[in-house]
Amino acid sequence: MNRQTSRAGELHQPEIKDYAIIGDCRTAALISREGSLDWLCLPNFSSPSAFARLLDPDAGHFSIRPRASFTVERQYVPETAVLETTFKTASGTVRLTDLCPVSDSVGSLLPMREVLRIVEGISGCVELEIEFAPRLHYGRMRAPIRRLTDAVWRCGGATELLLLNCNLELVDDGPTLKATTCMTGGERQHFSLSYVERDVGTIAPIGADADARCGRTIAWWRSWSGLCNFMGRERDMVLRSAITLKLMTFCLSGAIVSAPTTSLPETIGGARNWDYRYCWLRDAGLTMSSLVDLGFHEEASSYLGWLLHATRLTRPNLRILYDLYGRTSVGERIAGWLAGYMNSVPVRIGNGAIMQRQLDVHGQVIAAAQIFAASGRKLGPLEAKMLANFGDVVCKQWREPDNGIWEIPGARRSYTFSKVMCWVALDRLLSLHERGIIDLGARETPFRQTRADIADCIESDGFNADLGSYTAELSGHEMDAALLLLVRFGYKVASDPQMIATYHRIEQVLGCDGLLYRYLPGHDGLKGREGAFGIVSFFAVVHLAERDLVQEAIQRFDHLCAFANDVGLFGEEIEPQSGRALGNYPQAFTHVGLIHSALAIERARRRIAQ
Amino acid sequence: MSASDGFSWYLPLWALVATLAMTSILEASRGLGFSRLSLPFLIGTFVTDQRGRAVVIGFIVYTLGGWLFAFVYFMLFSSVRIYTWWFGALAGLVHGLFLLTCALPLLPFVHPRMASEYHSASAIRQLEPPGFLAMNYGYHTPLSTLFAQIVYGATLGGFVEVANWMNS
Repeated sequence: MNRQTSRAGELHQPEIKDYAIIGDCRTAALISREGSLDWLCLPNFSSPSAFARLLDPDAGHFSIRPRASFTVERQYVPETAVLETTFKTASGTVRLTDLCPVSDSVGSLLPMREVLRIVEGISGCVELEIEFAPRLHYGRMRAPIRRLTDAVWRCGGATELLLLNCNLELVDDGPTLKATTCMTGGERQHFSLSYVERDVGTIAPIGADADARCGRTIAWWRSWSGLCNFMGRERDMVLRSAITLKLMTFCLSGAIVSAPTTSLPETIGGARNWDYRYCWLRDAGLTMSSLVDLGFHEEASSYLGWLLHATRLTRPNLRILYDLYGRTSVGERIAGWLAGYMNSVPVRIGNGAIMQRQLDVHGQVIAAAQIFAASGRKLGPLEAKMLANFGDVVCKQWREPDNGIWEIPGARRSYTFSKVMCWVALDRLLSLHERGIIDLGARETPFRQTRADIADCIESDGFNADLGSYTAELSGHEMDAALLLLVRFGYKVASDPQMIATYHRIEQVLGCDGLLYRYLPGHDGLKGREGAFGIVSFFAVVHLAERDLVQEAIQRFDHLCAFANDVGLFGEEIEPQSGRALGNYPQAFTHVGLIHSALAIERARRRIAQ
Repeated sequence: MSASDGFSWYLPLWALVATLAMTSILEASRGLGFSRLSLPFLIGTFVTDQRGRAVVIGFIVYTLGGWLFAFVYFMLFSSVRIYTWWFGALAGLVHGLFLLTCALPLLPFVHPRMASEYHSASAIRQLEPPGFLAMNYGYHTPLSTLFAQIVYGATLGGFVEVANWMNS
């Protein structure tokens, strides 16, 4: 928890790090330190936004903040995704509690989606200003706001309806509702924003009922957090990362989105702006490992189900990304009417990277299945057959060039890491076969032969003897921080001299103030310079821990954690000079990296203790 | 009794052929990557959470259901005394639309293993909801489902039409 002062009447674009996330595992909202809900897509993560001030000042917001200058302290209610923002002014203190209630709306008449905001006077008297300005369809639609009852306002499009229920007297100011109120100690105000699509709208009650929903949501998150079996020194950061990962899990299908936002820039003012509200298969192996290792087996089971069955439309080939329901129609278009975060344009909706090719995805999915099976869970015969079919694809395609794990545009190349993941695919299949979990039958011999061929190729062309290091491309000389994962995926052991040399080479070429770039700036051919990459910076911690260099690993871990925001969240990238977060936010992959690092450190501690 | 009275001793055979034709189209659309909708699987998972068993049970129940449902089609043909392939196709189209707009959206509320937009994150339900026109299972799902239902109805109507022609 830390403080920041805001001056009265001052409006500015918050830093990416100034946002905290709340959600209900179907969608998520971002709320700034100044109490403004500036991002919310409804009904699901990848649906159009209803509030998007994050990307344009006029694209919708719902703010609750003091009129006078104030300082802010912020925290999540421990072990939950319920956000508490405390505003202190010269005249008093108020606390704003934000949450998406976890409610059973089947056994009740609670709404399809709800954001609940509760303001509580703590001491003195604080004058608050409230602005409710929904702008449906990424800010394109300024639907009129009409009063339904004394307390309820409606704002609707063709198929969707927003209902705001609050006891304050709101003033209709065009497409915006405004109010000011003075909150004194002990006083409470509730704002329930509910949403429905293609159905009859339901109004969520406020007052004591709303407090009860808040209480149930806190209890639910605490119960869920209780499943986390990590008890090491880093538990708070790990649990926050696990909760953030859970918030990005789409409970209707088991998918996990990369981030809940689109087009937060990797370079402020630049064009490296992408839509991350989809599910990348490159994240599968590490994400599954995080879920299983922390004891979240239900999530792991749902995620594997999504990986194997939702991707059916393209099987046995796999695309690099899918939408929440495994569909591939995520074509990219430009939202030209949005100014972009700090004028970073274009704002993209959809992701054109789906047309790219990544040879590592089969290995990621098979590794995820193997991790799941290794935790004692069963794979059905149909799943086993699917995995074996993936092996056939790998055998057929592994020699071909691709766009690599980092989706480098332009000509396809032979990336070393992609070849390693092809090796991993066959290695894990053979491991599952040897343990009797799947039956490869006549495929065993060709799979063994191909695995050996891939290893020969990597060792002869992927390792540059002059540099003493593995390289990003076969017969190349550039570095790729993904090579640090060779240890994690079991291709090499951390103590292998070639891996140690590769680590040092990566540190030398890609390192910057304890952070790592994923590749040399400019390697991707895109304009602008991106920041250091969150997850690969954590890969370095894993590498050190795997070599039992625990103190170095801890120091590096703590250094990286210092780049998180006040409530423990990370974006995709970090600007080394300023420490500001860049890219879509919060980023699941970065939090997966944090979890991996902490688990690796804990394993190293145990090894040393033995 | 003739086929034009709405009944023939061959009716069970025709019903079976129509059901198999419809099922084949739906399964082919899955195999070709048009849709992930598997009605037999959704039916089977009413009684078991084991995928392999659900597919087998669902397939048996679905085939029996399609076979029995043919009698409703024949009653419809008989009630209006139109015994043609195109009327069967029309009936199939209406049947398919009902399935997509009413029956499948109802499923999340009655299926013990299917999530719905209204279930909380705490509900452990493993089947994804179909969504509007079952498009959560792929954007081509409405087309493949309607096509399969139309073929089902047209096959039944066509058989009666051919039988009438042969009897005349």
